[in-house]
Amino acid sequence: MANIHTVDITRLKNGEVNLGTSIMAVQFDGGVVIGADSRTTTGSYIANRVTDKLTHIHDRIYCCRSGSAADTQAVADVVHQHAQVYTSVYGEPPTVSTAASLFEKMCYDNKDQLSAGIIVAGWDKEAGGSVYNIPLGGGMFQQPWAIGGSGSTYVYGYCDATYKEGWNEEETVQFVKNTLALAMSRDGSSGGCIRMCVITKDKVERHFIPGNELPRFWEGKEIIGSMSGQKVGIVA
Amino acid sequence: MTSIGTGYDLSVSTYSPDGRLFQVEYANKAVEAAGVAIGLRCKDGVVLGVERLLHSKLLVKGANRRIASLDEHIGIASAGLLADGKHLTRRAREEASSFRENYNSPVSVQILSDRISAYLQAYTCYGSVRPFGLSSIIGGVDKTGSKLFCIEPSGVYYGYRAVAVGKGKALAKTELEKIVNKDLESQQSGNVESSLTCKQAIDEVARIIYLVHDDNKDKEFELELTWICEESGNKHALVPEELLKSAEEKAKAALEEGMEED
Repeated sequence: MANIHTVDITRLKNGEVNLGTSIMAVQFDGGVVIGADSRTTTGSYIANRVTDKLTHIHDRIYCCRSGSAADTQAVADVVHQHAQVYTSVYGEPPTVSTAASLFEKMCYDNKDQLSAGIIVAGWDKEAGGSVYNIPLGGGMFQQPWAIGGSGSTYVYGYCDATYKEGWNEEETVQFVKNTLALAMSRDGSSGGCIRMCVITKDKVERHFIPGNELPRFWEGKEIIGSMSGQKVGIVA
Repeated sequence: MTSIGTGYDLSVSTYSPDGRLFQVEYANKAVEAAGVAIGLRCKDGVVLGVERLLHSKLLVKGANRRIASLDEHIGIASAGLLADGKHLTRRAREEASSFRENYNSPVSVQILSDRISAYLQAYTCYGSVRPFGLSSIIGGVDKTGSKLFCIEPSGVYYGYRAVAVGKGKALAKTELEKIVNKDLESQQSGNVESSLTCKQAIDEVARIIYLVHDDNKDKEFELELTWICEESGNKHALVPEELLKSAEEKAKAALEEGMEED
């Protein structure tokens, strides 16, 4: 079955649960916004349509998971444990950079066994909001914004064209929401709802956008034909 | 040390009846025989200084240093058995680099001191080993500011404003207390946070080491000075040659002045 559905996920075992995913994290002054779709698949079957891919690592550090659900959960669990030990040993929470490098170490050292693309994001008192991308081979890249998962490939251009420095929280949330909606509408293995999380010094605030309230863009004139103000002649 | 041991000093794993570990106390004696080492914490960094006694005139100048770097931002000055110092330095460097590797951030002076002290403490627990004949002054600048610690052979460590170990440490300490008190007073009267800078501190440390050095009893010595401050890019580095020279000259001048007064 060498068709387009298997191209991205040849690393997975037959039947392994996959986060064919759209994930994203964007920093802004004073924090980060992270977001993800909610679809988990086994092949063409949606195993979970309300998945939470935004995973707690520490008080102000979260990660977005893409790739194998089992692998990324296991890695996130281990890093979570490291972060807790770090806090009790050193008496202060780890920085986002420290949490990201723990992820990086695991992903790099076990790159042959893992299928995990992770974005680590959060707030710490040294750097403020920051985003680290840890793609498949276990590299680590600090970025002002990062997108990941199979859906991300469809929206790189949108992000490049849209992203601006100096946004506030609200603008950033809007950007994440729109990007994910666009990715989910084009990517077959992304979809469901949008989950987002705003992480700042003072709060970790979750946002939930149900599937029937996603931002909508151009979907062909049969569907939102009236957007251009012209009547559409629907041919049966 | 009354009655010397009486059998309780043969192993570090045996307490004396009054709860002492004689081997650890003997290790302190090894430290007291060494040339003095001084650490002074300032508002902008830390200065480390050592009186390196030269047992031979044939030694190469500047060789066999007793101050080493543990990481870019941390230095260690050791007093005691030189070889023990080298071993501990190697171990501490491994700790510092493994912290960097694991957490992608430089280790803080406090954490590194804590780990080194745990290592030293392990050498006070087993019959098969002897404690380190070493007191180490660890100074550095990290994200929490300038820090100074001293670890003793028993494995205990304390944070200091200023510290001296080795031969003549008592005299050195009283001199350091004068400097620190003066600084505290100026803090209370004026509204300055702390007035002592590293640049002033190197002169003071040099002066104290020259003062403590006993010309009659001891052989010649070389002054070793390092610092971590803004001028060194917040990295542990040798004090530049010209500053070292001027500090030495001022120290010698102060010494002669002191003699005339006597």
